[in-house]
Amino acid sequence: MTQPSSRTERAPWLQLRKPVSSRQSIISALFIWTLFFGVWEGMSLAGMVNDLLVPAPHAVIATLFDMLANRGLVSDIIISVWRVVFSFGIACAIAVPLAIAMGSFPAIEAVFNPFVSAWRYLPAPSFIPILLMWFGTGETPKLVLLVIGVIFFLITIIMDHTREVRTELIETGLTLGAKRWTIVRTIVLPAVLPHVMTAMRQMLAVTWTYLVIAEIVASTTGIGAMMMRARRFLHTDEIMAGIVVIGVLGLSFDILFRKAHRWFFPYIQERRN
Amino acid sequence: MSEVSQATTTGDVAAKMVVDGVTKRFSLGRGREIQAIAEASFTVEENEICTILGSSGCGKSTVLRMMAGLETPTTGVLRLDGHEISGPDRERGMVFQAYTSFDWLTVRGNVEYGMRINGLPKQERQDRTQEFINLVHLDGFEDAYPSQLSGGMKQRVAIARTLANDPSLLLMDEPFGALDAETRWHMQELLVDIAETANTTMVMVTHDIEEAIYLGDKIVFMSSHPGRVHKIIVPEFKQGKRYRSKEEVLELEGYRALEREIMGLMQEQGAKGEH
Repeated sequence: MTQPSSRTERAPWLQLRKPVSSRQSIISALFIWTLFFGVWEGMSLAGMVNDLLVPAPHAVIATLFDMLANRGLVSDIIISVWRVVFSFGIACAIAVPLAIAMGSFPAIEAVFNPFVSAWRYLPAPSFIPILLMWFGTGETPKLVLLVIGVIFFLITIIMDHTREVRTELIETGLTLGAKRWTIVRTIVLPAVLPHVMTAMRQMLAVTWTYLVIAEIVASTTGIGAMMMRARRFLHTDEIMAGIVVIGVLGLSFDILFRKAHRWFFPYIQERRN
Repeated sequence: MSEVSQATTTGDVAAKMVVDGVTKRFSLGRGREIQAIAEASFTVEENEICTILGSSGCGKSTVLRMMAGLETPTTGVLRLDGHEISGPDRERGMVFQAYTSFDWLTVRGNVEYGMRINGLPKQERQDRTQEFINLVHLDGFEDAYPSQLSGGMKQRVAIARTLANDPSLLLMDEPFGALDAETRWHMQELLVDIAETANTTMVMVTHDIEEAIYLGDKIVFMSSHPGRVHKIIVPEFKQGKRYRSKEEVLELEGYRALEREIMGLMQEQGAKGEH
């Protein structure tokens, strides 16, 4: 018999393919970020970098709170979030039904897929000049850019997942007496929805990328525009504050989607512990 | 233990299911074809359990899929109660080897599914759902999701879901093929139980000789290259009876002889397949 104390002995830190506890993953995440900001702060304090170009983290945070409280950053955040949510909503409203129809019916896929796959290879920012000529500098060109930036990827990803819905499930429906559209509605759709939501979570991150591009190139409002204004006056602390805001917003949306995924699909057993 | 009268005369006009001169060729593209079934003719009688036995590649699953209406024969015809089969229908429910539980529905939701899409009134639906959940001994698991169930339980859900939909014929494609030996044994005994209780005509595809003999009132033995019905075997030693205990059947006089006979047929096939 082994000593009971051997059970409480520490396991080696590096374990091949062994999942870590949630406590350990939080500590690890805090560690890497603390290290990052610590090195940055230390270099600033030691005078190793030019304060004008690389302000210290505490200065960035101070500027961020000042901007939130006194300098109207909140309205920039609201307009940026609105642009992302609205344009992403339009993209999903078109992409999800179309992609599921394409994945379910090869005849529909044969019509739309040649079109969609060609568009996927066109970089969305290359449309900015023509969008500006067509729609001026209002909200429309930004929203259109965000929509075409993600919609074709959304369609392709969701269509692929729909095609992967197992044939046995569809045939089970057929031998139970379900008609075509009943099968799409009651089998294909619920089977693919968890994947749809994951695809949406991933593509939302891409929408943020295009948002910043749109706001930097052609906007006077929003977080991206604020950062371009700050550049003109050499306010590097404001630019960095903007980057922090975008990072925090992106992460928040990601967490929101993960929570919603667990809420909507409680039957999916997570293989973690 | 109960006795079931067997009307096993082939060609009986009153046969439940008739497979008549069926052949099937699959196109491989570029004009190439493969002959999956060269000739298949047999009948399944009302309330019979018919097992289709054969090694892989003999087309047994294809025959079953044609009964379900999921494939169409190249020539020949399949008839259920005298009506030609032209596509899938709720009167011919199918249970697959792969798990087909709908992950997003509970056990109750799964069993209810067929009746729901076919517009059965709610009260009747709920009653039947419970009745068939009890029949497959899943009472207590009504609100569980398939991901929480074992493989055997998932197949019981699939059987209950199909039977609750009141099909005239239950088709099963190696339904216990993915289960471990012990669970498979229990499921086979449960199936005899279900057949006796629900009075269902069943056709089951299997490559397991023991399973085919234990369950089959009639065994359709198919040979490969190309697939054809080689022999129709009625296990006379069971004397037209069904046994709730599988062990009892394995110990019956005559079981070993039939098993050896079928093994011989299969080896003959295997030897032929080598060339």
